[in-house]
Amino acid sequence: MSDLNAAFAALADPTRRAILARLASGEATVMELAKPFEMTQPAISQHLKVLEEAGLIVRRVDGTKRPRRLAKSGIDAMDQWLAMLRKALEKNYDRLDQVLATMQSDTERKKR
Amino acid sequence: MNTMTKLTLKTEGDTHVVVTRHFNAPPEAVYRAHTDPKIIQKWLLGPEGWTMPVCICDAQPGGKFRYEWSHPKRGSFHITGEYVELEPHRRIVHVERMHLPDPTPDNHIETRFDADGTGTLMTMRMTLPDAQTRAAMLATGMERGMEASYVRLESML
Repeated sequence: MSDLNAAFAALADPTRRAILARLASGEATVMELAKPFEMTQPAISQHLKVLEEAGLIVRRVDGTKRPRRLAKSGIDAMDQWLAMLRKALEKNYDRLDQVLATMQSDTERKKR
Repeated sequence: MNTMTKLTLKTEGDTHVVVTRHFNAPPEAVYRAHTDPKIIQKWLLGPEGWTMPVCICDAQPGGKFRYEWSHPKRGSFHITGEYVELEPHRRIVHVERMHLPDPTPDNHIETRFDADGTGTLMTMRMTLPDAQTRAAMLATGMERGMEASYVRLESML
């Protein structure tokens, strides 16, 4: 559970979510990750530290570089967040129920 | 709440997400609500506060669509896609990607509309290129879902 809590906390920041989205397309170095943001490398490194401690990313040693990639365990933790996506969808479909009810009453009115 | 209308959402294998939902309207109406831009614009809005200023869709095989969402504080983003197959009132196959602003990997989606009593059972099956992309997509979806949750939380505090 503590891992999941850390993952929740780590995901509460838009920069960290953007970093994860970038890593979804493959491994990247700190410099590559820092590029799209108006942030210094130390600031990005701090975000990476939070993500790493949350078990969402792992690092590899490649000479002087430490490229990061997504961690399998982190992906599993994120699956827990399906519940959140579900809420956004539920909102849409509750709205669609209303729209469908209106469409139906319009059709009936035309028949009369 | 009517349990019949309850949404189910689950992952399947490493790369799929499957969503089901019952609607109290026939497949013809639910299909139309998914392919007529004027109707889509009324409901495909996500959490409170988002609007959909652009909703273009050309629902025919090879046709393109573009949905743009906007929020007074959170900015805007858009989705583009192409229709692959359409079986009127029964099935839609399309490909879409989010632009944040860089495009996310393609999400292949098959949506079925099956008669279910006097209503419709909708089954939406998403296929992502790999497990990591699925995780990232869910994370992005979360961002929008979270806002509604936080608002709800605020009202409880």
